[in-house]
Amino acid sequence: MLTVLLILIPLVAGLVTFGLKGSGPKTLGLIASVASLAVTVGALFQFRTAPESLQLTASWIPQLGANFSVGLDGMGMMLCLLTAISFLLIFIVIYNRNYERSNCFYGLMLLSQAGLTGVFTAYDAMLFYVFWELALIPVYFLCSLWGGEKRIPVTFKFFVYTFAGSLLMLVGIIYIYLQSPDKSFSYASFTAGSIDAHAQSWLFWLFFAAFAIKMPVFPFHTWQPDTYEQSPTPVTMVLSGIMVKMGLFGVMRWLLPVLPKGADMWSDAAIVLSIIGIVYASCIAIVQSDFKRLIAYSSIAHIGLMSAAIFANNEQSLQGVLIQLFNHGINIIGLWIIVEIIQDRLKVKNLNDLGGIAQYAPRMAIFLVIISLANIGLPLTNGFIGEFLMFSGLFQFNPWFMAVAGLGVILAAVYTLNMVQKVIFGESNQLTATTTDLKGNEMLVLSIIVVIIIALGVYPKPMLDLVSSTTELVNKVY
Amino acid sequence: MNALIFTALSGVVMMFAGLFVRNKQHIKFIAIAALLITFGANLAELSTIAAGSRTVYGMITISNFSILFNAVAFGATLLFFLLSGSAFEKVGEHVSDYFALVFFILSGITLASSFSSLLMLFLAIEIISIPQYILAGSDKKNPKSNEASLKYFLMGSFSTGILLMGITLIYGATGTFNINELGLGEGEVSPLALCGIILLAFALSFKVSAAPFHFWTPDVYDGSPTVFTSFMATVVKAGGFIAFIRIFHIAFAGGVISEHWQLLLSVITAVTLIIGNFTAVFQQSVKRMLAYSSIAQAGFMLLAVIALNDLATKGIILYAAAYSVATIGIFAVLIKLKDYTFDGFNGLARTQPLLAVTTTIFLFSLAGIPLTAGFFAKYFVLAAAVQQGNLLWLVIVAVLCAAISVYYYFRVIIAMYFKQGEPQTAEITGGFKFLLVLTAAIVIILGVFPGLLLQLI
Repeated sequence: MLTVLLILIPLVAGLVTFGLKGSGPKTLGLIASVASLAVTVGALFQFRTAPESLQLTASWIPQLGANFSVGLDGMGMMLCLLTAISFLLIFIVIYNRNYERSNCFYGLMLLSQAGLTGVFTAYDAMLFYVFWELALIPVYFLCSLWGGEKRIPVTFKFFVYTFAGSLLMLVGIIYIYLQSPDKSFSYASFTAGSIDAHAQSWLFWLFFAAFAIKMPVFPFHTWQPDTYEQSPTPVTMVLSGIMVKMGLFGVMRWLLPVLPKGADMWSDAAIVLSIIGIVYASCIAIVQSDFKRLIAYSSIAHIGLMSAAIFANNEQSLQGVLIQLFNHGINIIGLWIIVEIIQDRLKVKNLNDLGGIAQYAPRMAIFLVIISLANIGLPLTNGFIGEFLMFSGLFQFNPWFMAVAGLGVILAAVYTLNMVQKVIFGESNQLTATTTDLKGNEMLVLSIIVVIIIALGVYPKPMLDLVSSTTELVNKVY
Repeated sequence: MNALIFTALSGVVMMFAGLFVRNKQHIKFIAIAALLITFGANLAELSTIAAGSRTVYGMITISNFSILFNAVAFGATLLFFLLSGSAFEKVGEHVSDYFALVFFILSGITLASSFSSLLMLFLAIEIISIPQYILAGSDKKNPKSNEASLKYFLMGSFSTGILLMGITLIYGATGTFNINELGLGEGEVSPLALCGIILLAFALSFKVSAAPFHFWTPDVYDGSPTVFTSFMATVVKAGGFIAFIRIFHIAFAGGVISEHWQLLLSVITAVTLIIGNFTAVFQQSVKRMLAYSSIAQAGFMLLAVIALNDLATKGIILYAAAYSVATIGIFAVLIKLKDYTFDGFNGLARTQPLLAVTTTIFLFSLAGIPLTAGFFAKYFVLAAAVQQGNLLWLVIVAVLCAAISVYYYFRVIIAMYFKQGEPQTAEITGGFKFLLVLTAAIVIILGVFPGLLLQLI
């Protein structure tokens, strides 16, 4: 029941928001995101005591064998938590901004939250596909209506890319459905193992295309830097913090358990693509002078590591990926919040125009340093434990892969520290001298993020406990 | 049988209505009332037939399937009358005649959905085609309309000739017109019958504007009065498909024979999908874009013709319903605009937000985005083709083409929402808005709960 509520709250709030005026949308957005978080925490408690009570199946299209089947496992639980926290943080940060037609802005944001939560909770392939598409459409409108100058062609490319990927996945879903013993879209019949090895080997690519475009994995990433750059920053947070997780989630929930033989056959190829992505994106990130593009490329590199670790597919690597799903989301949203603040104050995003902000906004500088270090994966920050587990898992799979992927960490330090240096240290100029320090709500949000970063960095056990059930499940099918 | 009788009668009634009723509004009401009666009479027959079927003198066979398809065609026509009925008056003087012609087309469609003799197939196609030639040319003073009519007539009668020749060859090979007794699925395939089948496939491909027999479509759809284009591109096209799927699934299925034409039709489908989608991308006029989009959508419906299974028959009905409703909706909005180019839609979201939202829903449905009727329609035809087993290459071509279709459908959305402009619209009445919202609601309800329609099939 709580699971349905998780989807319903943002959905209903989003639809209501379209009809509101003035400061109504803001307030409702905030209330809805607080309510979602409260329900998520409630679900978290229930997950510990009675996890089966979070499953719900209702008849939807009996003629097709498609059900409205939702539920939460450790991975879903964690991603729902990430979604709920992120949207709350985003809504707090942008509370003082005034968007043109704010009712549409907040309405679409809430609808995308509903879609994302649906993706993370769906246990029926048809339902999953519907939510998968549904999460995309509000984001398309958000980017196209409130984005930068080149928004229309850029977001259009993003849409067509992801839509093409989804359609290929749809063909895969249809094929598996027709092969399933009881002609049903349920997770149980999809994972029943009725697909022969030959079919799995080509089905793998149909699913992989959809997920790889979403993540994005090299060479499907070309939509991503442009879209991140052109989108309004709150939407970029949703895209990079949560939406890319849809791809990783999809691989773990639908690709590995449904097509284990296919994944086994092609894991080397998928890892090689991911690793090329890490090195390639890191190198580009080093030479970027645009703040937003730099973070966009760094995100490709981080996601590349996670994708490589997934396909390495052993207990350690999967555990690493699962907790990194959450931590990467929190860290990257933290970075985007600082970008948003700087952009809002100074209206520039070129790193060469910035510098010396630490003198004028010391608190912002401290937060940027902490979040950047977490993003590199420094010990005692939340990024460390996940990266460590992923590298350790990758090493078990193939030491050479680990060695090349490890370059990513060094390169990450280069571009991240370079960015920190250019933004907050060095000579200040006329423009940056006008920087004002953080305001109350910005302080609040960044403090929450830093608390999460340090708390999970020092004591990651609760996180590892939460996802251990999922790791066992994914591993079991081998 | 009711459907056939009532559509023909309604046509006659409408012809005479023109003599006695001067008020054009009243004529429209009479037409709507006649259609409602026909709709009801058609459904009433459902209970008398139950699960079986009824054959009338070996000429037509009425089954659940044909009644349900008739219901979809009548329902879509009803929406068309309600949304665009008042646009009939702008075409010319003889409003009641236009309604009469539409009813005659409908009676052709009821024949197409229930024929069991090749002779009836021929009659059905002719009854559907001839009124269309007149409707295409009904804007008499407009040279483009005349050109459309003449072009359509010449090409149409040519393809009818081919159809007739195909029927003759099949008769020569089998000695019967009854599609249930042709027995082509058994034993050796005679070259004579094969030639007949190929000719039939070509003629019907022409009627449903499948490539490479589609060249008439853009010109005819563009030249005809927009209100009739809306009807020709939707209900009539669906009627063509129902004839196509009936003859190929009943008479030419099974054995070696289906392999022969399946390959031929697969190639036609692939070409149709590719030509339709790629050409639509380059159009500047929304009306012409919709003409090419109708070719592209025909490609999808052809998938159902090739796939010989239960999913395909369900799929074609759902596809016909989803595609017709969405396209009729878009045309209803298009008729209200002064400028038919993409730029004509610029800024519509600001001046007419309701029109923009409903048009967006219709476009989503055509693009096959989930939670609209178009998604499940696409789902069914794709599933039918996947189940066929050896058509996966065609399915992949189809979904990649569907991704391309997003490009031209979304151009309209981009124009409406993300571009500035002051679109000129005719007067939009409250009733029109209400009907438009109703149509959009149908699209969404069928998209969320397709079971409502599926349980009938």
